[in-house]
Amino acid sequence: MKNKAKLLTYPYIVWMGLFIILPVLLVFLYSITFNEINNIKTISFTINNYKMFFTPVYIQVTLRSIYLAALSTIICLALGYPIAMIIANSKMTSKSILLLLFILPMWMNMLLRTYAWMTILGNNGLINTLLANLGLPTLNLLYNNGAVILGMVYNFIPFMVLPIYTTLSKMDNSLIEVSEDLGANKVQTFIKVIFPLSLPGVISGIIMVFMPAVSSFVIPKLLGGGKDALIGTLIEKLFSLGDWNFGSAVSIVMMFIILLSMAVMNRFDVDKEGGAGLW
Amino acid sequence: MVKRYISKFYMILMFIFLYAPIAVLAVYSFNSSKSRGAWGGFTLKWYVELFNDRDIKSALYYTILVALLSALISTIIGTISAIGIHNMKHKQKALILNINYLPILNPDIVTGIALMILYLSLNLKLGFLTMLLSHITFGIPYVILAVLPKLKQMNKHITEAALDLGATPLYALRKVLLPQIKPGIITGFLIAFTLSIDDFVISFFTTGSGVNNLSMVIYSMARRGIKPTINALSTLMLAVVLGLLLLINKRSSFDKKHVKKVGK
Repeated sequence: MKNKAKLLTYPYIVWMGLFIILPVLLVFLYSITFNEINNIKTISFTINNYKMFFTPVYIQVTLRSIYLAALSTIICLALGYPIAMIIANSKMTSKSILLLLFILPMWMNMLLRTYAWMTILGNNGLINTLLANLGLPTLNLLYNNGAVILGMVYNFIPFMVLPIYTTLSKMDNSLIEVSEDLGANKVQTFIKVIFPLSLPGVISGIIMVFMPAVSSFVIPKLLGGGKDALIGTLIEKLFSLGDWNFGSAVSIVMMFIILLSMAVMNRFDVDKEGGAGLW
Repeated sequence: MVKRYISKFYMILMFIFLYAPIAVLAVYSFNSSKSRGAWGGFTLKWYVELFNDRDIKSALYYTILVALLSALISTIIGTISAIGIHNMKHKQKALILNINYLPILNPDIVTGIALMILYLSLNLKLGFLTMLLSHITFGIPYVILAVLPKLKQMNKHITEAALDLGATPLYALRKVLLPQIKPGIITGFLIAFTLSIDDFVISFFTTGSGVNNLSMVIYSMARRGIKPTINALSTLMLAVVLGLLLLINKRSSFDKKHVKKVGK
């Protein structure tokens, strides 16, 4: 039985080879060649695509993407941690309702959630028409980095709250009682007991917000107007312009950034269960 | 006491932050004036326009068709593979699970362009088939990850007992194994389905020749500027989500009651 059952995986192994590994290999191949690779005879290798990436212009794009994603992640953590704590500490009956209310917007299409902010922040949007009606000068709220960060925080904050909530609600309450019995005040208990114990959740939250934020191209395109290139919008632009070779090189670099930051973060994640709460 | 008020106040603020944009969309979907500021009176004309919009109707059709098909196919392949992976030796298992993680960890945009390059290298025309294949590819890993824990929890001797008692492997699979991992299979299907419905980036790169999904229509509309029909569309989608949620809630509370009765 055991040996035969193993055979059940073989179709998927073929599938993985064709649809997961081969595509990544093709991207890599494009990133180290000139032009088309359809003809094996005329194929010629180069590292120019990577050389081009490591010029100030594109380094700046990468750093800007990392900066915006990191800032959004920090804001999500600062806003989300208290939410997770409040939900975890609330009564059993209101707990599930609060959690549900928090997850509900996530069920809406992400494009629509981002579009909603366009109607609020735009030049003829809600805020500016209100200001104009009050006789105040209108503001340029859309198409800047602030709008991009707002969009990222709005879209990704549930990914921060859920894993933290999961670790907090699994926490042994007697540990907190012990700490208070031993004379620690609330702040000390939080710093020395609650926060360290919730770290696995915090780390999963950071990964789950940072990853989509750094690679996002919808939010910068709609809310940032695509003015300042980010790494995601750069890839999209290169491929729509037909520059597959350089676009592939940028994609490989981005893959590296993501997998590397995952590997680094995973070292801190002790029990690897923080993210389980999502599903 | 004060602390409780502060935390209540904070939660209310956060919920306003979360729901205000959605509420604004919903309110404007009934506004007969096209401009944001003025309230031109109640109207349903955007909904009428929505139902007459051919792009949206075709996108809705493709979104649901691709989501159903891809979720179904990924659930079947994923469940079969999970059973196989569960019976593998440690090293092979670790290798396959690591490759399986790749589409989950990889940024959507990289998965999207990688698949696009694959299809174009194979001379496949971008369209319905390529979009479906892509959705199946990112659905399977989630199904496997949903089914595997259920297989681990299962007592393996039960299947062996069924085989000892003369059940054929297929009969044992159908009558013993599948019923026990059913919750995992259903979760996997639901994850694959919602991911497919919600996907924008991968579809954006892997479809063509007039086959669009809803996310892509919204994207192209939003890029051209604000259009009241999108408000109507989002209000309808919100209503569907709320309806589904109420339905699930009702079902699960019905199940609980039912279980209680049986338990007595």
